[in-house]
Amino acid sequence: MNDIAKKLLKEVSGLDEMPKGAYNIRENSKSVARQSSENIEIVSKEDKSGIDIIVKPDTKSENVFIPALVSCSGVHDLVYNDFFIGENADITIIAGCGVSTGDSCDGSEHNGIHRFFLGKNSKVRYVEKHIGEGTGTGKRVIDPVTEVIQEEGSYMEMETTQIKGVDSTRRFTTAKLKDGAKLVIKEKLMTHGEQFAESKFEVDMDGEDSSVNLISRSVARDYSRQTFISKINGNTRCMGHSECDAIIMDHGVVSAIPEITANSLDATLIHEAAIGKIAGDQMIKLMTLGLTEGEAEAKIIDGFLN
Amino acid sequence: MLKLENISFEVENEKEILKDVNLTIEKGKFIAITGPNGGGKSTLARIISGVLKPTKGKITFYGEDITNLSITERAQRGISFGFQQPVRFKGITVHDLVNIAKGEDLSVMEASHYLSEVGLCAKDYIHRELNDGLSGGEIKRIEIATIIARNTKLSIFDEPEAGIDLWSFNHLIDIFMKMHQSKENSIIIISHQERILDVADEIIAMVDGAIVKRGAKESVLPELLHCEDPKNCLNCQDILEA
Repeated sequence: MNDIAKKLLKEVSGLDEMPKGAYNIRENSKSVARQSSENIEIVSKEDKSGIDIIVKPDTKSENVFIPALVSCSGVHDLVYNDFFIGENADITIIAGCGVSTGDSCDGSEHNGIHRFFLGKNSKVRYVEKHIGEGTGTGKRVIDPVTEVIQEEGSYMEMETTQIKGVDSTRRFTTAKLKDGAKLVIKEKLMTHGEQFAESKFEVDMDGEDSSVNLISRSVARDYSRQTFISKINGNTRCMGHSECDAIIMDHGVVSAIPEITANSLDATLIHEAAIGKIAGDQMIKLMTLGLTEGEAEAKIIDGFLN
Repeated sequence: MLKLENISFEVENEKEILKDVNLTIEKGKFIAITGPNGGGKSTLARIISGVLKPTKGKITFYGEDITNLSITERAQRGISFGFQQPVRFKGITVHDLVNIAKGEDLSVMEASHYLSEVGLCAKDYIHRELNDGLSGGEIKRIEIATIIARNTKLSIFDEPEAGIDLWSFNHLIDIFMKMHQSKENSIIIISHQERILDVADEIIAMVDGAIVKRGAKESVLPELLHCEDPKNCLNCQDILEA
């Protein structure tokens, strides 16, 4: 692994060295390091590029790292990762992708197709960070597709973060929830320059007392554009909530497009969206505490995306 | 300490909000500014803190002309301003705000001290976000805690009692008295509350954008309320409490 890849690995997953337990590190379309643990098995797919991550039932408090790195230009990576989470397991998955194109005018892209199959009463925390680096004109593109199938009583929490650096992202997430399943998605996004980001969610709550909570906080700077699309279908007694909170700066543009459909009298669905520039009062307050205008703006943005 | 000379403030196509205000405040003084709504009190406070620029006049702070200084520069020179309606922030915690006010990264224990000062149970609040989840009274007390943390030469409070319950209000008086023990720092409080007026060194009455009277409470209130005995007059009490 070269220095660029090591730096990306640290930024994406916080790793300085190979972690304990299960991991798979992918660099430039190839698996470069892998380890299974007693409870978490990682195996290559036979028909296409990618891995299966198989978590035994009742596995508790284990982490699995699956970062993907693109450390040079001209790479077009497509990977299929499937997660099979056993009943009553409780694990954390640290994923994420770093794309570096250096000073090249050739772009690179990473497209991860992830499927999650959560067994009954299992619990997954999924943490994903996207990083883009490079000084050349080569575009850095990350288009993740995520499909989540949750059995009865399972819980999935997804935290996704993408702060600057990635020129184009189209994220598409779908989920199907059975009885008592809960899904929480927290998305943090900052775009700048002329970047474009689209986040699209489609969630079907098919089971009684299932729930989903989608929370998106984003900042669009310079001439960047963002679109947040959330489709939530309440097909039985269930609770759905989506929230899009966006700060626009400079010439940034943000669209929030909610679609909530109650197919049952017992479905409760809420969508909230707020888009606007930083409130003048917030800037003034922090300036009365001694911060400069630039410092106040940075504090507000940092807090908002924290 | 603070000198305002011929300060006027007018908004285009509207009436003059401040009319040729002259005011000198000495070091270590506790001044209460009172008067009817729309009299220009909050505008004056905002002009001193730099949130508004006067259309005419000069402001001097410890001998320095600060008329053209920004909000930040005035804050850095030692002016603090507590908002009448504190601002809320998504994602910024109470601890963050106290750190910003103090200008350094405080430990939880150090930051908690300032919350205890304003009667908040620190462990329940220190990690809370300054968002809509806090009540008006809670965020007001946090606002006051940030001013205490700054400990600057001049602290200005715009109606600190607004939104605060009775128990907290009693505590609030104690806070101001404690701050006033410093003979180096000055306090300006805009208030309608007689109990705050009671503990101030001097009262300034503002009506229609001008200072109409300055002095001890006994001499200022009768003129302001056009009543000889405002303390025992039910009508005056209603006006003051309003």
